[in-house]
Amino acid sequence: MLEIKSVRSEIFGPLNLHLEAGQCAAILGKSGSGKSLFLRAIADLDPNEGQVWLNGIERSAMPAFEWRRKLVLVPAESGWWADTVGEHLARTDETDQLLADLDFPSEVLNWQVSRLSTGERQRLAIIRALALKPIALMLDEPTAALDPEATARVEKLIEQQMGLGVCVILITHDAEQAARLAGVTYLLADGKLTQTSLETAR
Amino acid sequence: MSSYLSLSYFDLALASIFLLINGLISIAFKLGLAKKLLIVSVRMVVQLLLVGLLLTWIFAVSSPWLTALIAVAMGLFAGREIWARQERKIAGIWGFGIGTSAMMFAGMFVALIALNTQIQPDPWWSPRFALPLFGMILGNTMTGVSLALDTLTSTLVRERPAVEARLLLGMTRWQAMAPFTRAGLRSGFMPIINAMAAMGIVALPGMMTGQILSGVAPQEAVKYQILVMFLIGGATGLGVIGATFGATMRLTDERHRLRLDRLRREEPKSTSPG
Repeated sequence: MLEIKSVRSEIFGPLNLHLEAGQCAAILGKSGSGKSLFLRAIADLDPNEGQVWLNGIERSAMPAFEWRRKLVLVPAESGWWADTVGEHLARTDETDQLLADLDFPSEVLNWQVSRLSTGERQRLAIIRALALKPIALMLDEPTAALDPEATARVEKLIEQQMGLGVCVILITHDAEQAARLAGVTYLLADGKLTQTSLETAR
Repeated sequence: MSSYLSLSYFDLALASIFLLINGLISIAFKLGLAKKLLIVSVRMVVQLLLVGLLLTWIFAVSSPWLTALIAVAMGLFAGREIWARQERKIAGIWGFGIGTSAMMFAGMFVALIALNTQIQPDPWWSPRFALPLFGMILGNTMTGVSLALDTLTSTLVRERPAVEARLLLGMTRWQAMAPFTRAGLRSGFMPIINAMAAMGIVALPGMMTGQILSGVAPQEAVKYQILVMFLIGGATGLGVIGATFGATMRLTDERHRLRLDRLRREEPKSTSPG
């Protein structure tokens, strides 16, 4: 269960959000409305105020790095620091399974990061995050650079995670995707979060 | 010192002919360097003449407080130079404070120990020994610290997504910053490592050359140079480590965030010549 209370920064808020285990909330909104900043604030990656509880534990009760392993954010632009994929992703049975789920051959770990396409990076960043086995997952436009088939695979993976009880917050510009995945959809505008019906979002 | 050969001001004027030739070439080919060359040459002459006068006075007064004051002033000037050489400066007093304090502590620590154990002039703070020694240590530490900080901050700005990806995967700020901190340290250590490697083969160091020119036996000059290189190397290392650690602290926070908002927003044009 994820409970977000009065999270605010200079740009948005205070914002509240409540998610039961296995639930997905989609956040729509114009570029620049602060969607990504909201997720960064929840992950405590930018200075912000407010409380966030995950399964009843408030984030200030633990060091930030521990918090970010439980509640993992996958930003729209993934970051890489070493030459090969394998240096960013340890080989385990879980990662092997995740790689197969997203249609990567197992030798992907030897691939050069510099030669990956944007879509490949995006999918590998999701795998890298899921390898932490998070309690909650925040995805910032996870399928923005993907073709329909790859998008379907990622959506299936997200649903699988929800089935395991993972809370998901999804930023998307695709109202159809929000409809497919999310039980509840919000619109972020003027620093405020309002629940919206998908009809309006479309 | 019997073989010391005094220079007249006419000798100096004669030596400046080579720079004048450079200036003429620049004018002929419109390289735009003539004015700059002229300014820095005049500036250098004035600075050195003034320092000559100042040192004569300081040696004559020979007071521990005056010596300490001059040492601090040298440190502050060097600190300003570190600050000016940063392309991406840390905002506020920290931008000046981190580099300057790391350099000052390292330089003074090493110089104080050297004066009290190896060189042992009488009195130990004698400005004739303390100030040139401190100056040499300071100059090299300054170069190392400014390179380390410049590399660290510009790497962090460029590699921000990578640092944040590491933080988002649950690393501590120290773990997340480690490869980038290491890049800063490496570039801070590079000049002194290069200098030591080339010492005596590619370059005859200025201090040693100066001693030999003024009549000191080469073996003695070499011993002094080795001592000074050890001191410089030690102080540079301490200063570089201290400054890199301080900047890493300042550019992250206790919630393990990367705080590039603590860098100055934009870069005004640098005015100080290299």
